[in-house]
Amino acid sequence: MNTDEGFSTGLISGFFEWFGNLGIFSWQVVKAAVTPPFQGRELIRQLDDVGSKSLPLVALAGAAVGVVLSMEVRSSMSRFGATSLLPSAIVFSIVQEMGPTITGLVVSGRVGAGIGAELASMKVTEQIDAMEASAVNPYRLLAATRIVACILMLPLLTLAADTCGIFMGWLAQTLVSPISLHQFIESGFRGATLSDFLPPTFKTAFFGLIIGLIACYQGMRTRGGAEGVGRAATNSVVLASLFVILADVVLVKLIFVIFP
Amino acid sequence: MIQQALRRSPETNMATAYDTAIKQEKTQQDSSAFAVAVESVYKAFGRHTVLNGISLSVKRGETLAVLGRSGTGKSVLLRLIVGLETPDSGSVRIFGQDIAGLSLDQLGVVRKKMGFLFQHAALYDSLTVGQNVAFPLVHHRGDLSRAERADRVNQLLAEVGLERALDKMPSDISGGMQKRVGLARALALDPEILLLDEPTAGLDPISSGEIDDLILKLQREHQMASIVVTHDLHSARTIANRLALLDKGNVVIEGTFEDLQQSKIEFAQEFLKLS
Repeated sequence: MNTDEGFSTGLISGFFEWFGNLGIFSWQVVKAAVTPPFQGRELIRQLDDVGSKSLPLVALAGAAVGVVLSMEVRSSMSRFGATSLLPSAIVFSIVQEMGPTITGLVVSGRVGAGIGAELASMKVTEQIDAMEASAVNPYRLLAATRIVACILMLPLLTLAADTCGIFMGWLAQTLVSPISLHQFIESGFRGATLSDFLPPTFKTAFFGLIIGLIACYQGMRTRGGAEGVGRAATNSVVLASLFVILADVVLVKLIFVIFP
Repeated sequence: MIQQALRRSPETNMATAYDTAIKQEKTQQDSSAFAVAVESVYKAFGRHTVLNGISLSVKRGETLAVLGRSGTGKSVLLRLIVGLETPDSGSVRIFGQDIAGLSLDQLGVVRKKMGFLFQHAALYDSLTVGQNVAFPLVHHRGDLSRAERADRVNQLLAEVGLERALDKMPSDISGGMQKRVGLARALALDPEILLLDEPTAGLDPISSGEIDDLILKLQREHQMASIVVTHDLHSARTIANRLALLDKGNVVIEGTFEDLQQSKIEFAQEFLKLS
């Protein structure tokens, strides 16, 4: 076997090993999450950490997207004389795609890095081993609570991003061509059904699962001191962002199939 | 068990099955007499063999010091006993129960009988000293009221002489104090087995002596089975009833300090001379 073949074999086996271990890790977390004792207090702490502490960043990102979208879409639409469709274009773009994706990516960065680094630091300083030695299941106390918090908070954060985006989209629009907020909203949501808005919002629960799972997995399998902690934080963000984007492709297609 | 074995066996092998069942039952009775029984344990990491089929046992109220050079698998032995590592072959029995194949929650039941002091104390750095000591109580002693838990934490910290450090963060106290806090946390659930990984490593002689005195005092008061991993011969002699000297994953000699002194084994003599 030459060097190139050896390298690619190692890469392939590493790829399957990573996914295999992720599967085992996920099974441990599911088992721990559905069996008592439930860690209610820690879950509330994580809901606060993932939710309320991410809110300003997510709201700001949503607002920025609303402004940019308003400016970009106005310029395109005015070429076709379709400026009356501007509110709909902004609202639908934000609620169906921009809001969920931006929220997923922002939370991947803030929460993914935070969880990855925190758990990795606990791992390399034997705090997770000490927890296990104290007969406390770390999959239940550390992983399940963080993953469930991500799953529950992502749709709520998406709603916040959507709201800020739509509001700032209206503000940017009304500065150029005055329109009341009521009229903007009414025009934006005209003809819309719940199936236009609920699936894209709730798909972010799946993004939450991805972010929580990847970050906890990367953190809890860390080795190698400070360098390992840095690597875990970076890998958590990179992999969570990548998987959020890939999952978005699949979920959008799935939503089109289920809600034609 | 004997009857079950006989029922499963064909008549021709009746005598052999009976003997085997008797032996199995005797082994189980023997191992349940020990708090910890490590039997023919083999452990390797990749190609590096750390433990090469070692057997050790500790009875209730007894203290065994495991000595040896760095990297001879002393800490791995403790991690195997507490179930943080699994042996490649052999068995680890806690009060007669083989811990191999237990789920995390089943292992948790066994682990509640054990207290573990990590080499670097492994205190939770986001919790105060008091919260660290309270951690096992919060998770396993739901029957205690908040006031009772606070009393217990104060009592444990008083035992290790750190009642004034209750609200300090682990980063604000010295290495010796961290080990004392780790010891208080290890004792929180009144364990029947105490595992100490290098309790005096990295400490000055006065702090080491204080930790040794503390361990002796706790052993007298709590009558636990203890395993102390150390390369500090003076500390081992002070706190242990028996010593086991490890080299290259094997037990070179096991016995009292006098047995070690009288040993003709070259490694034992060299270790004794240089310690």
